[in-house]
Amino acid sequence: MSCGEHNFREKLTEICREFNNDPNELISILHKAQGEFGFLPQKVQETIANIIKIPSSRIYGVVTFYSYFTMEPKGKYPISICTGTACYVKGAEKVLEAFEEKLNIKNGQTTSDGKFSMSSLRCVGACGLAPVVMVGDKIYGSVNADQVEKILSEYD
Amino acid sequence: MKNKQIKIALKNCGKIDPERIKDYIAVDGYKALGSCLSEKMPGDVIDIIKSSGLRGRGGGGFPTGKKWEIASKFDADQKYVICNADEGDPGAFMDRSILEGDPHSVIEAMTICGYATGATEGYVYIRAEYPLAIKRLLIAIGQAKEVGLLGKNILNSGFDFEIGLKYGAGAFVCGEETALIASMEGKRGNPVNKPPYPVECGYKGKPSNVNNVETFANIPKIINKGASWFSSIGTEGSKGTKVFALAGKVKNVGLVEVPMGTTLRELIFDIGGGIVNGKKFKAAQTGGPSGGCLTEKHLDTRIDYESLKACGSMMGSGGMIVMDEDDCMVAIAEFYLGFTVEESCGKCVPCREGNYVLHEILKKITHGEGTLEDLDKLKNISEVVKATSLCGLGQTSPNPVLSTLSNFYDEYYDHVVNKKCAAKKCRSLLTYSIIEENCIGCLQCKRVCPADAISGELKEKHVIDPEACIKCGACVSKCKFNAIVVE
Ligand SMILES: Cc1cc2nc3c(=O)[nH]c(=O)nc-3n(C[C@H](O)[C@H](O)[C@H](O)COP(=O)(O)O)c2cc1C
Ligand code: SF4
Ligand code: SF4
Ligand code: FES
Repeated sequence: MSCGEHNFREKLTEICREFNNDPNELISILHKAQGEFGFLPQKVQETIANIIKIPSSRIYGVVTFYSYFTMEPKGKYPISICTGTACYVKGAEKVLEAFEEKLNIKNGQTTSDGKFSMSSLRCVGACGLAPVVMVGDKIYGSVNADQVEKILSEYD
Repeated sequence: MKNKQIKIALKNCGKIDPERIKDYIAVDGYKALGSCLSEKMPGDVIDIIKSSGLRGRGGGGFPTGKKWEIASKFDADQKYVICNADEGDPGAFMDRSILEGDPHSVIEAMTICGYATGATEGYVYIRAEYPLAIKRLLIAIGQAKEVGLLGKNILNSGFDFEIGLKYGAGAFVCGEETALIASMEGKRGNPVNKPPYPVECGYKGKPSNVNNVETFANIPKIINKGASWFSSIGTEGSKGTKVFALAGKVKNVGLVEVPMGTTLRELIFDIGGGIVNGKKFKAAQTGGPSGGCLTEKHLDTRIDYESLKACGSMMGSGGMIVMDEDDCMVAIAEFYLGFTVEESCGKCVPCREGNYVLHEILKKITHGEGTLEDLDKLKNISEVVKATSLCGLGQTSPNPVLSTLSNFYDEYYDHVVNKKCAAKKCRSLLTYSIIEENCIGCLQCKRVCPADAISGELKEKHVIDPEACIKCGACVSKCKFNAIVVE
């Protein structure tokens, strides 16, 4: 985290206040915090716990339960490969393998230069375009393994 | 062909600008709410929904009017209306399309539900993977408030209703209503035993009526056109229409809305245009990871809640994945169980451990190490998991195993006894070999083989060593002479 300790606590205080410091709103708070910092490391969790006055173990429990939350920073260009049923049937597995091979990382990891990270998700609701890959917010449809190199080259 | 479709839930999708409330009002939007608030008592509204025969579109098929009636009977200082927009079935996108294309219909319906059940607050629990749907809902809520169709004293009736959003965070089990409520309360999405049902003890311990997006989208049309109009569509026990998300190996992928009782054949071949690339239809999975597969012999079954159950599948929320001859049903079962293992919340043992074991056995089979005894084990464990799991996830997760076992036993048998995968999907069961006559000894395959499994000199016949071959398939695409066969 680049910002100073002070700023960082201030930002979280602001986010929590927006949700009335209400523990019922924990998931919304975490969404906002992750949107702000990109990930939810232990320090962020402990600070939120401190502000809304709940045990940080409860926050850790929630962060690890939901696949949307991550404790690791993502790459500059996060790649999400849909492995929902429609995409699976249309060959998503091969596309996933191609990304792993081209980036030389495993699904769930980030390249050592921090440029790309890979994750799989279950259905983005664009099943008509299966198999679907997202890089950041950009959606690629009907992707096959041969197109992987070309997609990556767009981010050079 | 397309005239087999009747649009009720999707009536406005693609026809109106979802970001303009005026567009919605111009097509009779909020008319149903107006008539409920000004002319009908809450009990009248419930009676209309009851006699329409509408059943929940989220999977369970519980009669909607009855649920509303139960919710209305509880005495509480606060009640809630919850719209389940978690749409967790991977391969389904009906709810997303409704929320993106016609968000006001859901807002109107939730408000009507609030009036009927005595709730003044509503929440849409929506998955974070749907940013556009979230945006459109927020716009729609803002607009409805601005013109007095939401908020205090709606249309001068004295009735107040507010709607807020709650966000999912990528957990399939949160589609289950008790887990959904835990999640709304900022907790891990662990289901709890029912009863008490959410209609009695739901969000913050108060009576909460949970309905699916598509269920809600039907409500304004039923109020406007009458219960008997709605109940004239469909079959004996299943009224109205159902939206399906056709996906997989079908030509026309996308959403279709058909009357209940339409056959699978009409859906896949007439509306869906049949199978891509002239391949042969093999199966269609309905009900997602909780459902089962329907096969050729089910093509003329009329689709409704009861008949799908009788076929060993279920209506589910409307995902329909079409599979062709190239799909291996054992691998499909493995895929679904892999999903379940990832998504089981881990609270109860049968689901947490049982599904894991099922998945391991399926993996063993697709890797060529299965035995006939494993097939019996699959069946037995499946039955125990179904009978003893706490929530709907575990109670249904073995369905893909049981249904592929009963419909495609031969395929399982082929995997465990003959060590063959006819669909050529299970890599470990394939053998790569070179046809002598076709091979001109160009070295292309040898160069690309990562396992050094190919031997042979330039212009000589090449040979693949089956022991060394790791079955990566790289050689096949390199050979210009079709000399490499996979069996
Ligand atoms: C594991 C599991 C996942 C579910 N996922 C969903 C879902 O994504 N959307 C939904 O509307 N209902 C889902 N349900 C059904 C809900 O629990 C609930 O029955 C439904 O929202 C009630 O609304 P309805 O009566 O209008 O169908 C799921 C149930 C289970 C057991
Ligand atoms: S059946 Fe599975 S998902 Fe449901 S409570 Fe048990 S472990 Fe959790
Ligand atoms: S399938 Fe792969 S490992 Fe086997 S012979 Fe061909 S290139 Fe070599
Ligand atoms: S399964 Fe991949 S977008 Fe739906």
